[in-house]
Amino acid sequence: MDFINGLLQFKWLYKLVELLVENVFNISMTTRLGSSIHFFIYDTIKIVILLGIMIFLISYIRSYFPPERTKKILSKFDGIKGNIMASLMGIVTPFCSCSSVPIFIGFVEAGVPLGLTFSFLITSPIVNEAAFAILLASFGWKLAFLYVITGVIVGVVGGIIIGKLKLENEVEEYVYQMQVGESEVEKLNRKERINFALENVKEIVGRIWIYLLIGIGIGAVIHGWAPAPVLAKYAGPDNPLAVFVAVILGIPLYSNALGTIPIAEALINKGVGIGTAMAFMMATTALSLPEMILLRKVIKPKLIAYFVAITGVAIILVGYLFNAVAHLLI
Amino acid sequence: MVIKVLGSGCSNCKKLEKNTKEAVKELGLDAKVEKVEDIKDIMGFGVMKTPALVVDEKVVLKGRVAKTDEIVTILKNS
Repeated sequence: MDFINGLLQFKWLYKLVELLVENVFNISMTTRLGSSIHFFIYDTIKIVILLGIMIFLISYIRSYFPPERTKKILSKFDGIKGNIMASLMGIVTPFCSCSSVPIFIGFVEAGVPLGLTFSFLITSPIVNEAAFAILLASFGWKLAFLYVITGVIVGVVGGIIIGKLKLENEVEEYVYQMQVGESEVEKLNRKERINFALENVKEIVGRIWIYLLIGIGIGAVIHGWAPAPVLAKYAGPDNPLAVFVAVILGIPLYSNALGTIPIAEALINKGVGIGTAMAFMMATTALSLPEMILLRKVIKPKLIAYFVAITGVAIILVGYLFNAVAHLLI
Repeated sequence: MVIKVLGSGCSNCKKLEKNTKEAVKELGLDAKVEKVEDIKDIMGFGVMKTPALVVDEKVVLKGRVAKTDEIVTILKNS
């Protein structure tokens, strides 16, 4: 157990890169350049390892939960239990913003209540394998799991409120008239599941690696050079506006902005609030502009506005909460 | 044989289209590969996660990109 823990904490890698920087590059770790280079190499290797493993594992599990099955399961639920179920299914059902429209239509057609559909749509992008892996790499297990749990809570609460508001007439009419065909759920063998998981690893890493490297690069510079007191003053846990600004900034960014997490890691070490960083992450994934444009095809602007407002407020609250309890987490 | 690639134009859908065309070429089939992008048509096949592959109006693959050799096997069997 100690061995596995040690392996997961990446102390071995930390030491290894330290040896590389000090003995091969001949730069002392106490210099700014040395600590920046160390941050860059160490973070890159750690995140790539964790990304690969996590995406593979989660994708493998997800191959058992095609949306058709999720739809059938959810159409049997109602009430708060249904919202919780929908959020949990949001974690295990494979999701990308390009399939949010067919999933929405499929759910509505199967009679899944609107509130449950939104619980699913809110949690699904927040709790994604890449975010989980990068959080794990940057902040460790406790925070990564807490992120998942809060992602579920945000989805449940958002879905319950949207359900209570009775906004069914804010869905485009054609959605209710749509004829959805029946198609069988494909039976996959193990080789096909492994293939599916590997393809996902390739696809996600291929999509975000460049943002990640830029993020780690900027993080490395901050790590070596940024003046901690200044940052703590403007974006620290004591500045009430920081979380709010982080969420607003996160909305126009797409999930590729996950690459910015290493920036957050470096910033937090310099005194920026952890809740601020978490809120930023949730906002980039749950409230992306491209997804809203896609959803506009099936829901009217008013419901989109409710969706953004409710989810946004929930995320801001999460940010404050995490800032308030930060000292218990790290 | 009419082969349809269902997808709203995301990168995965293009990948599946490319692999499908390669598979058709490999088998030397006299088949037309069409791209279906309209959401109503996609839903009409009961597909909730794109990309998907339809051979002669029957869904043979959905929710993932298959490699060329897997598509070759699928096409041989249908």
